[in-house]
Amino acid sequence: MSGVPEQSDTAASVKDVEAVYRSESRRVFATLVRLVGDFDLAEESLHEAFVAALERWPVDGVPTNPRAWLVAAARFKAIDTIRRQSRFAASLGMLAARRQELSDPDEEIPDDRLRLIFTCCHPALAPATQIALTLREVCDLTTEEIAGAFLTAPATIAQRIVRGKARIRETGIPYVVPELAELPERLDSVLAVIYLVFNEGYSASSGESVTREPLIREAIRLARLLVELLPDAEAIGLLGLMLLHESRRPARTDPSGDLILLEFQDRTLWDQSLITEGRELVHRALRNPPVGVYTLQAAISALHSASQHYEATDWAHIVEWYDLLRQADPSPVVQLNRAVAVAMRDGPDEGLRLMDDLEKLDKLENYHLFHAARADLLRRAGRASDARKSYFRALDLTMQEPERRFLERQIRKL
Amino acid sequence: MKFMFLVYSDEKAWTPEEWNQCTLDSARICHELSEKGQFLGASPLHPVATATSVRVRQGKRLLTDGPFAETTEQLGGYFLVDVPNLDEAIAIAARLPSAQKGTVEIRPLYELIGLPTSDKGLEPDSKRSNK
Repeated sequence: MSGVPEQSDTAASVKDVEAVYRSESRRVFATLVRLVGDFDLAEESLHEAFVAALERWPVDGVPTNPRAWLVAAARFKAIDTIRRQSRFAASLGMLAARRQELSDPDEEIPDDRLRLIFTCCHPALAPATQIALTLREVCDLTTEEIAGAFLTAPATIAQRIVRGKARIRETGIPYVVPELAELPERLDSVLAVIYLVFNEGYSASSGESVTREPLIREAIRLARLLVELLPDAEAIGLLGLMLLHESRRPARTDPSGDLILLEFQDRTLWDQSLITEGRELVHRALRNPPVGVYTLQAAISALHSASQHYEATDWAHIVEWYDLLRQADPSPVVQLNRAVAVAMRDGPDEGLRLMDDLEKLDKLENYHLFHAARADLLRRAGRASDARKSYFRALDLTMQEPERRFLERQIRKL
Repeated sequence: MKFMFLVYSDEKAWTPEEWNQCTLDSARICHELSEKGQFLGASPLHPVATATSVRVRQGKRLLTDGPFAETTEQLGGYFLVDVPNLDEAIAIAARLPSAQKGTVEIRPLYELIGLPTSDKGLEPDSKRSNK
């Protein structure tokens, strides 16, 4: 907005105010939460400040620094509100102290948005609450949008947000970027929230369609913001991982919305600019050891992206990355993916042997992708009737329509 | 903000040596907190077998020997601290030896205005009985 004079001759239109709202409202909100120390009061005064902008800017022009103008206006509104409430409040001393704080607004600290993310993803909040609060307060999705994305009733999401904000207030969850000593643990929960949002968008756990684009978009936007504000290696790795996955979205479904496996995707549809950016991020993350789980997954994804055909994939290298990933995260799902890579390197029988061990050890009995992956290896090994059994087991367990249709097609093809 | 830490663990899981070491280590943390003006009070509790539970129903007083609920982990002590926020409360709770063996539940105090203050209410029994 530099270059616009303080008292512009050209009067601002409603459109200008809307544009500023889109680009600045969450930043202003993040600063206000710090200044007024309360989510609801910050939200309320933010809206009052925009109402004031709608009145003033068409007359006075857009101010040189709209964000500072809005913060100052919202702060006055907040002081007003506190003054009105103080008639009913029990502790006047506390309110006086808060008014004192309010009378000294620093200009925006870039950390404000980071504080907001860390507060919304505080490990003392349940994961479902972290996700709802982050999408509402940081990404500014409406309650209805969040409910739609997670196929939940808006009332449930609204209640989760209200309770989350109350819990932040009552349990004393601070509005700060954590200290260095705590940062790894706290950053983990932020990254987990972003990845959960992405996964729900990229591979919806239930419903009619495979993907939900708004969630993918928000997850990538959050990760970009995080990398910009706090360029931690794992944050960079996570952004790379999501971009590499996202690059394949145009090839992941056919025109009727059915799932196409990596093996059968038309690789010319992959978004090369996302792949290039994703690969650069992976290299950047790998230069900052210790290498974490998101970076390792991103490195695997980057190898897939580098190959022209499924058969030409560098499986030997992929298995090596899975060996490292297994050390960092020995979860059954990682082991399952590793077994698939081993099968591609050494043949289906070797993969099936690993899967049999897994089934005994890790209770993958009720995981539909385990049975789908096993069925695929059995098919490759020429054991059609065993493959059929596994496909049916997967079919029993999946809750997603396109995946169901995919499995039915596989069974017909046997 | 004032927080209470409620320390739960399986009483039977402690050897007398472990228990003694735990109280020594906890006391050291209490002194550290006190120097920073963050200590309000703390005490271990006698085993749950010493508990007496009181209910008044229809004006009648009902006593039970034993705790409110039988659980695998029992309330074994408490700490009261005054720190700026939950993160600092978590940092202190995580240093308590009891957190290694059991669970430390952190609860913010709901502060009522107009309660009397006392400088001896939170002191352990033994000090009071010496007066």
